[in-house]
Amino acid sequence: MTENDEQNRGEEILNILQKGTEFTNEILKENERLRFRVAQLEEANSAFAETTDDEALKAEFSKLREKLDLLADEKSKLLDKYNAVEEENKDFVNRYIEIENENNVLANLYVSSYQLHSTLDFEEVLRVILEIVINLVGAEEFSIYLLDEKTHKLTAVAAEGLDETTLPVIDIGEGVIGGSVKDGDNYFAQSLVVGETANYLSPLVSIPMKIKERVIGTIVIYKLLQQKEEFTNLDHELFTLLAGHTATAIFSSKLYSESERKLSTMQGFINLMTNK
Amino acid sequence: MKVLIVEDSPTMRQLIGFTLKRIRGIEIVEANDGVDGLKKISADKFDLILTDINMPIMDGIKLVSLIRQDPNNKEVPIVVITTEGGQEDKDRAMALGANSYITKPIHSVSLLDTAKKLLKLA
Repeated sequence: MTENDEQNRGEEILNILQKGTEFTNEILKENERLRFRVAQLEEANSAFAETTDDEALKAEFSKLREKLDLLADEKSKLLDKYNAVEEENKDFVNRYIEIENENNVLANLYVSSYQLHSTLDFEEVLRVILEIVINLVGAEEFSIYLLDEKTHKLTAVAAEGLDETTLPVIDIGEGVIGGSVKDGDNYFAQSLVVGETANYLSPLVSIPMKIKERVIGTIVIYKLLQQKEEFTNLDHELFTLLAGHTATAIFSSKLYSESERKLSTMQGFINLMTNK
Repeated sequence: MKVLIVEDSPTMRQLIGFTLKRIRGIEIVEANDGVDGLKKISADKFDLILTDINMPIMDGIKLVSLIRQDPNNKEVPIVVITTEGGQEDKDRAMALGANSYITKPIHSVSLLDTAKKLLKLA
């Protein structure tokens, strides 16, 4: 190989190396460009993906929130309804108790009234009054006084827990008993507690028996049964019933007895006149 | 269901019967005193007996004691309804075999509850 050939060969190699360097630089540039592009695309892709997920989530979240609001609203309404139903239930329970009590009152009043008017026999009427006061009011010692309209004196005609013949005759207007008969008003003592022996002039209760405004006597309670600690609404209803119905029952039975007696007398007189 | 009311007061018999008739299918039989009650018990089978204590001829305590001596009526529930509110009276009645003790004046709700419980309806 000549010197010239060696020089050409060297130049060729240098050219090749130069071209290789240029090619490498181009490739590096292209690589750089592509890397930049990839980075750009990645960024765009990432941004796109990020934007898409967020909106979907936002939409989903929004839907869920709406559902949650609806459920909360529904829950609140249900709670309100539950509370209303509970209140209604409480109301029903109270109403049930009221109705049961009312039933109790009505049953007692019905039975008392039925029994009082089931007979025209005076003694039987007195017995029924005693039964009502013992069993339905719960009195242990009490009496029934009747007013003599001629003498204006009150005399005991029946009693329970004591002997009526030992009870004092009372003038109208005298003491608590005479006063309640004079005024026609029920009398109730301040305290229902009594000692071992009751005071027959200062009773616990005096219920004048009236036909309209006309007083025919009074029911006087001196002592209650040991388990009876106070008067209830039923007792007051019973007192009102006793005030009116006992009077008509006693009055009717007395009239009936008198008419029977008169009938018997007249029958005797007629028999005498007709020589039967 | 057959229920016997032994009570000398017609007012109380009517009130107790009136209250118990609120139980569906109940049949009420009444007796004036202990002897009358015993006659009715020997002639019939009762699911519940209610008796007063203070009655003429035979009182409620004697009646409870005789019912419990009768092998046919050893288990029949008995309710004593009375004006006697003392603990001794209650203990005596319960010791003789009464199942429940109610004092007068009666309250229809408690009477009804007691009767339903003893008739196994509550």
